[in-house]
Amino acid sequence: MKFAVIVFPGSNCDRDMYYAAKDALGEEADMLWYQEANLEGYDAILLPGGFSYGDYLRSGAIASTSEIVVQLREQADKGVPILGVCNGFQILLESGLLPGAMLRNKNLKFMCHFESLNVVNNDTLFTSKYEKGEVISIPIAHHDGNYYCDDETLATLKENNQIVFTYQNNPNGSVSDVAGIINEQGNVLGMMPHPERAVEAILNSDDGLKLFQSMLENWRERYVAGA
Amino acid sequence: MKLVKVHITLKEGVLDPQGKAVQGSLNTLGYDNVKEVRVGKYLELTVHDDANIESEIEDMCNKLLANPVIENYSYTVEEGVAQ
Repeated sequence: MKFAVIVFPGSNCDRDMYYAAKDALGEEADMLWYQEANLEGYDAILLPGGFSYGDYLRSGAIASTSEIVVQLREQADKGVPILGVCNGFQILLESGLLPGAMLRNKNLKFMCHFESLNVVNNDTLFTSKYEKGEVISIPIAHHDGNYYCDDETLATLKENNQIVFTYQNNPNGSVSDVAGIINEQGNVLGMMPHPERAVEAILNSDDGLKLFQSMLENWRERYVAGA
Repeated sequence: MKLVKVHITLKEGVLDPQGKAVQGSLNTLGYDNVKEVRVGKYLELTVHDDANIESEIEDMCNKLLANPVIENYSYTVEEGVAQ
């Protein structure tokens, strides 16, 4: 399986993402500079965390206008799995690939610590290796992680089972404790916590590894088993 | 040239933690009559004269300057200084 990690100016979790795919999962991965990236031929796309364009205007807003987002939309429409973590999630929101927006954390602080998440939906290509209701420990590291959407959007998210992860102890004020959501089609996941920082026991948790293993398993089922 | 002044504010009902903190500070300073503070953004754009300036500004606001999910915008177009 071949992963693309898109690198924006200001990305700082791109190497962690690359490490998770390449070393922890043991698959192929390329780090692609956002201006030169050609996303054709990749089996999954990873949007890393960081502070693209220094979070100017709004987190993820400037990156969401770059040409790479046109390609992202095409790949999303084709059903290619896209995972956006932290700033990657913010870019997905700002580009409209996922509904809602991010506000500053309720306590106004940058927070960096482990959080307990509930796996609310394990019927996705990103979470099939988790148990439904499983509690996992994944670190957060953000200033603008307070997920907001209007009541109508929230009702739709719930109805379609698009809320994939919730916080056990909501750290940032997100509506309905939302930590991660998926698009209706089921191939674009955005989450504030960093699964790529929790892929080995030596990192205090390897609960994030199953997310990447789920992607791999799904890809094998789709493309290898039938071949 | 035209000078466009754009104001971006959080929509009603959207929590503004920053505004709350500023309000708390004002109250601490003794300004007890301040009941709410909402923090927004102000941008000045110097643009070439164009018949479609208003629809262009609205496009800019919807596509980038404001996030319609959480923010409202308003703007004025004034005579700018020729550069």
